[in-house]
Amino acid sequence: MRSRLLFAAGLSVVIGGIVGTGVALAATPQQLLVDYSVLAKREAPAFAGFSVARGADLYGQPRMRADGVKASCSGCHTADPKAAGRSRANKDIAPLAPAANPRRFTDAVQVEKWFARNCPDVLERACTAQEKGDFITYLLSVK
Amino acid sequence: MKGIDLWRGAVLAATVLGTSALLAGGHDGDGDRRLPPVTNAAWQAECSSCHEPYHPGLLPARSWRTLMGDLGHHFGDNAALDPVTRDDIARFLVANAADVNGNRRSAKIAASIPASTAPLRITETGYVRAKHDEIRADVWRRPAVGSRANCAACHRTAGEGDFSERNVAIPKAGPTAVAAGRR
Repeated sequence: MRSRLLFAAGLSVVIGGIVGTGVALAATPQQLLVDYSVLAKREAPAFAGFSVARGADLYGQPRMRADGVKASCSGCHTADPKAAGRSRANKDIAPLAPAANPRRFTDAVQVEKWFARNCPDVLERACTAQEKGDFITYLLSVK
Repeated sequence: MKGIDLWRGAVLAATVLGTSALLAGGHDGDGDRRLPPVTNAAWQAECSSCHEPYHPGLLPARSWRTLMGDLGHHFGDNAALDPVTRDDIARFLVANAADVNGNRRSAKIAASIPASTAPLRITETGYVRAKHDEIRADVWRRPAVGSRANCAACHRTAGEGDFSERNVAIPKAGPTAVAAGRR
């Protein structure tokens, strides 16, 4: 069984080749979690579900990068995921928590794009499916 | 929805431009300094997720090529895009670049850069630096400005490609009032 995310990655290349831009793959946060759980099981057979606490740690913990820059998700998105953040170029970022911004985690292509950028930015490596699922699980828990 | 918005934007842009051309013809003659209206859906959507979408006429083609060739290291951020979107935006930027578009202000920017260099920051081009030499360091750091990347903080009509001095309004230093105004 192919997961929706692998399917999405393939699909984005196909559609992207035709229309160029504006690729979207509608989803709900819950559907994305199912997809990430399939991938997480593949990465680690001992996978035992996603955790709000681990997601909260991932979101809030500052980390010192090799270049001496302190980086964290909350650095730009603020400590409260329901609040608007601010990019390094000083532009507003719409809130990450679906409770405050229902458009979050409703497009698999967008979600993967931002994980692919921001995980290397903060962690200096890609995120695992476990981490992505934990992250979304935490943000969904914020009411 | 999107189509209608784009259409309305195009009509608005045409109206604004038409009006400004009339006005410019009437008194100060610098209508050509306004950067030409440009549009590209991917440029608008992708670049503006982190910063205002900078007009392609603010840097020469070689700068845009260099910048779009390393989005993984984009001024300290990872701004990687899928290759199709990246190439779409790169073509658009190069086709409307400062040394390509024939606009007077763009030509001045292009002429102020040594041919051997390809600056990636608009504020590092000779023309833009010289235009801002009277701005003190603390003004750039004001909460509503934040950094030199935030053109529209003072150039209120930057989004229309208009950087004329008469439309500049520098935000005051008061931190809370200004920050609240921007949110």
